[in-house]
Amino acid sequence: MNTTKLSRATKAFEKTLATQPTGKCVLRLYVAGASDRSRQAVLRARQLCEAELDGNFVLEVIDVYQQPILARDGQIVATPTLVREFPRPVRRLIGNLSNTTGLFVGLDLDTKGKAAR
Amino acid sequence: MKNNGHKSMAPAAHLPRCPTGIQGLDEITGGGLPRGRPTLVCGGAGCGKTLFAAEFLVRGAMQFGETGVFMSFEETDGELKSNVASLRFDLAGLVRRKKIVLDHVHIERSEITETGEYDLEGLFVRLNHAIDAIGARRVVLDTLEALFAGLPNEAILRAELRRLFRWLKDKGVTAVITAERGREQLTRHGLEEYVSDCVILLDHRIHDQIATRHLRVVKYRGALHGTNEFPFLIGDEGLSVLPITSLGLNHKVSNERVSTGIPRLDAMLGGRGFFRGSSILLTGTPGTGKTSVAACLAQAAARRRERVLFFSFEESPDQIIRNMRSIGLRLEPLVQRGLLRFQAARPTLCGLEMHLATMFKEITTFQPTLVIVDPITSLLAAGTDYETKGMVTRLMDFLKGGQITSLFTSLTRGGQALEQSEIAMSSLMDSWLLLQDFEGNGERNRVLYVLKARGMAHSNQVREFLISDRGIDLVDAYIGPSGVLTGASRVAQSAREKAEALANQQEAARRKRELERKREALEQQIAGLRSEYESEEVELRRIDEQVGTRTRVLTAERTELSRLRQADGAAAVSARCRSKPRIKR
Repeated sequence: MNTTKLSRATKAFEKTLATQPTGKCVLRLYVAGASDRSRQAVLRARQLCEAELDGNFVLEVIDVYQQPILARDGQIVATPTLVREFPRPVRRLIGNLSNTTGLFVGLDLDTKGKAAR
Repeated sequence: MKNNGHKSMAPAAHLPRCPTGIQGLDEITGGGLPRGRPTLVCGGAGCGKTLFAAEFLVRGAMQFGETGVFMSFEETDGELKSNVASLRFDLAGLVRRKKIVLDHVHIERSEITETGEYDLEGLFVRLNHAIDAIGARRVVLDTLEALFAGLPNEAILRAELRRLFRWLKDKGVTAVITAERGREQLTRHGLEEYVSDCVILLDHRIHDQIATRHLRVVKYRGALHGTNEFPFLIGDEGLSVLPITSLGLNHKVSNERVSTGIPRLDAMLGGRGFFRGSSILLTGTPGTGKTSVAACLAQAAARRRERVLFFSFEESPDQIIRNMRSIGLRLEPLVQRGLLRFQAARPTLCGLEMHLATMFKEITTFQPTLVIVDPITSLLAAGTDYETKGMVTRLMDFLKGGQITSLFTSLTRGGQALEQSEIAMSSLMDSWLLLQDFEGNGERNRVLYVLKARGMAHSNQVREFLISDRGIDLVDAYIGPSGVLTGASRVAQSAREKAEALANQQEAARRKRELERKREALEQQIAGLRSEYESEEVELRRIDEQVGTRTRVLTAERTELSRLRQADGAAAVSARCRSKPRIKR
């Protein structure tokens, strides 16, 4: 192994780290039926995405009653659950998204949000 | 285990049961887990909770035609499949045939952030979907407590769990919920609060470096159940619970007698040997020939084409075969013909329960008519006196239930009362043979007593027990004024008696000869006397003749004289001559 190769790899890694992840933010919101809680969660998720992600997102709402197999595939236990599939790492926000602090921490939004502005 | 002595205990009509198929558990609980209700199985790490749950499902699918859902919070599907594969459960096959659905619930605490109110509807939906997909009747949740680690809000969780159990009941599935044992309560998170129908506690205890698993039905709402702690074990065919007390004393008995292979011993036992299916205890100090007697019985049974199972806890099979060859018992051909099977293991290899289960399994598969345990006292090394006695009781009940004759040898240690069997087993046994060393005249000899033989007339005599290269034989011990004599002193005594008899015989012959001689002498004497008598008679006749002649001559002379004198007395003289008596001959 030579050191030049190694240093090149390190540089590439640092560069990747410095740049913002490209591509859209992929979010999936799993809800159970049209309950108040579900409605609150859906509204809040839409609102958040519009406000914080500048339209750079994909939000998919899934009703586990209608598609139980997706609940299984998505490893859903609690509803509502908002799963951030991309960017990695995967984040799961459980609850009706009323707790803004938790929401921002969960989605790494406070840093990213500022950067976006 | 075949015996259902506790049947009266289970009010079968009251509460429908869901048979688990786990050996022994259904007996304790009177038919199985409560049908359509959740059962909590709790216990510490490594005590077999997951296995219990898996077996419940697998047996349900295989034996009772009930499909099931296994919701695992800890192990992935693959792990689960390979884990239970070691117990010959083909979980993967059952999943393929849609008998069982596996669902691994993965909760990663680090991924999760709580952002408000939520419920566990996701879990409900998944479970519901799985149940409906195959029409499952059984559900396993292993272990729900992973939720406590994964989800932050305990208040919500508890409320949801309560709802979950309610929901499971409404769904009509029989559920097994596993939970970790808590420090001061049954489960770490108090799940027993919600699952109140049936609680089973598993426990793994170590005593003297040997681990034993225990199972206890803590609670069974609406039913009587065995409340004792039952040992159980995980064998290669799943769990088996071994109830001690659920066995009743109601086995059938046989009147058939089986020979011991030692003719004189049969004779001591009323002439026909032991009852079939009876239990025989053979106690003795070291080196009194316990194994030899056992081997003799084994050979006799195998020669009757009966199968014999020999559990040896001291010697290896080869060693027994070699040693028995030296006393003329040829066990090898019997082993080769499959009539005799040896099972040798060190007692400390595993706990008593494991031994017992192995024995049960061997007996069930081999189907012997005679089982020999040599020696039962070795098992004391694997458990306490009390446990060993419990084990022997269970083993014996099992054997009696199957009408299998059993022989237990028991080693009596030196300095102990000979008529005291170790672990007080004698009261359990039908027959008891005591082998004893008799020391005297600088030698040790073996003697055999029949101390007890239930239900048959038996000899109260002591017999000397001889082991020669032609096998075992019993001979009458010499019982004389100086007590019981055995061995060389018995031989000496009988030689002495023989010599005495010989001397008596010789004396008689001598006297007879003497009398004979005396008689001969007398006869000779008689002959002598007779000849004397005869000679005297001859003499007498001669005298008579002489007298006659002389008289005739005298008469003639007188006649002549008178004639000469011309006397007139001639007529008188002739008359006298005529009246003269003649001498009789």
